[in-house]
Amino acid sequence: MAKLILSMDGVVLHEYELNKERMTIGRKPHNDVVIDNLAVSGEHAAIVTILNDSFLEDLDSTNGVVVNGGAIKKHFLQANDVIEIGKYKLKYINDKQGQGPQASVEDFERTMVLRAPVKPQAVVPPVAAAEAGGAPVRSPVSPTPAAGHVATGVFAAQTPQSVTPPVTPPVAQPVQQPAATVSPAALQILNGPNAGRELDLVKNLTTLGKPGVQVAVLTRRPHGYFITHVEGANYPSLNGKTLNEQPNQLNNHDIIELAGIKMEFYLKD
Amino acid sequence: MNIQEALEIVSQTHSGMVRSHNEDSVAYDASCGLVVLADGMGGYNAGEVASGITVSVMSTEIKQRLGSVRPQNKKENGEDIGEALLRENVQKANAAIFSAAQSQPQYAGMGTTVVSALFYDNRVAVAHVGDSRMYRLRGDSFETITRDHSLLQEQIDGGMISKEDARLSRNKNLVTRAVGIDAEVEVETHIHEVQVGDVYLLCSDGLNDMVGDEDIGTTLGMLKANLALAAVQLIEMANDNGGRDNVSVILVKINGDFAAPRGWLAKLLSWLKR
Repeated sequence: MAKLILSMDGVVLHEYELNKERMTIGRKPHNDVVIDNLAVSGEHAAIVTILNDSFLEDLDSTNGVVVNGGAIKKHFLQANDVIEIGKYKLKYINDKQGQGPQASVEDFERTMVLRAPVKPQAVVPPVAAAEAGGAPVRSPVSPTPAAGHVATGVFAAQTPQSVTPPVTPPVAQPVQQPAATVSPAALQILNGPNAGRELDLVKNLTTLGKPGVQVAVLTRRPHGYFITHVEGANYPSLNGKTLNEQPNQLNNHDIIELAGIKMEFYLKD
Repeated sequence: MNIQEALEIVSQTHSGMVRSHNEDSVAYDASCGLVVLADGMGGYNAGEVASGITVSVMSTEIKQRLGSVRPQNKKENGEDIGEALLRENVQKANAAIFSAAQSQPQYAGMGTTVVSALFYDNRVAVAHVGDSRMYRLRGDSFETITRDHSLLQEQIDGGMISKEDARLSRNKNLVTRAVGIDAEVEVETHIHEVQVGDVYLLCSDGLNDMVGDEDIGTTLGMLKANLALAAVQLIEMANDNGGRDNVSVILVKINGDFAAPRGWLAKLLSWLKR
């Protein structure tokens, strides 16, 4: 369960579990998070939580809401975001991955059917959408494992999925990951009019050659760089040996020849 | 050009880096221009069973029906027969899975997503349920032509969450519709015009959860000359990024015109086939 930690000047004042669909923050006592300070509006902000996602909204407060240093009206909260209201700080903690890694990763990764009668409406005000998304769920086959959604099938007693135990955090981190693990590399052209020019391999894919004539692709993967023939009757050669259809891993100072152009592959560190 | 020459189709499926088995099923038949991809869910091997039933019902039934009807002809209500074939057979698969799940306790609650396309007469009919997607690469523009039946998509539509933020959501795996979990299923179908040079991608969420749309589009644009390599590359990218789910892709490249013949003979034949 996600929570908020209220602090001022580095002193933790309180912790709040985000256990309601909508929680309000404000000066007046009826709020879920009460901050009794004149810089805080009566109803300052609200947090709408739908299953594992929480959204922060400024309720037209006088002094505004700042998240991670920037003023916001609406914000999709990410783990460890810091919300500032006046002199107070609220840290958003979403430690879903902390509680029993296997179980929670399974919960995330499994596609599940949400059997709520969610009507596809054109424009739904956030709160209405939240209610439609979260609350009314029929329970068809098995008892509901977590609030608000129903898994089809019995995966409380799942087959051992842990052949390779998932260590990675459950939220998919797009694309940039491999870049960090493989050292930077470049190609240097050795002959022809562009001799001496260098081409940094900064993308996951780099194509070489002329479309329709002869093309090869260099792919950057976590365990290294590979060259593969893409099209054309002629295949590129690597250190004088003509390649086949299969990808070939590149080693430092390998010489690639493609359509008469020689290139040297080298690692930059 | 007949349809088999006009379409180049490849498919790849992989269990990913984490799962021990593959619950996705894919099938295609170039001779009738049909592609089907399903991503099953449910305990033990029920997910495979559900996706397998869907793919086999769709591919055998539609192929058989196309022996006696022409997909470009209209039904009484003005709908293309091709589009109706897809919808009716998703419903047929739904009924088959639902009754299997009712009668076999180990299959209780199994279900599957599906995305399926039928190419004919320079058009493509697309049917889908759940969060398996179809994308189109046309020139430089790469976009989805299906809209997920998922909680996240509804949040995007409702303006709760921006498309950019959607990748960060932890609610990605909640679908609002699936095949086989109820007695009835609502199937979304559309017809799109097809142009020579288009590349279509059908994939399970194991691809688009792990690889950003932009990277998928760039990869297809770079490697469309070698479709088999493009399919392998997409799977590798998903696995290199963690491969937390089964990942399946079908790629269809339009190499030529495949307008239905319109001469008097074709008309006669089509009339005879009614």
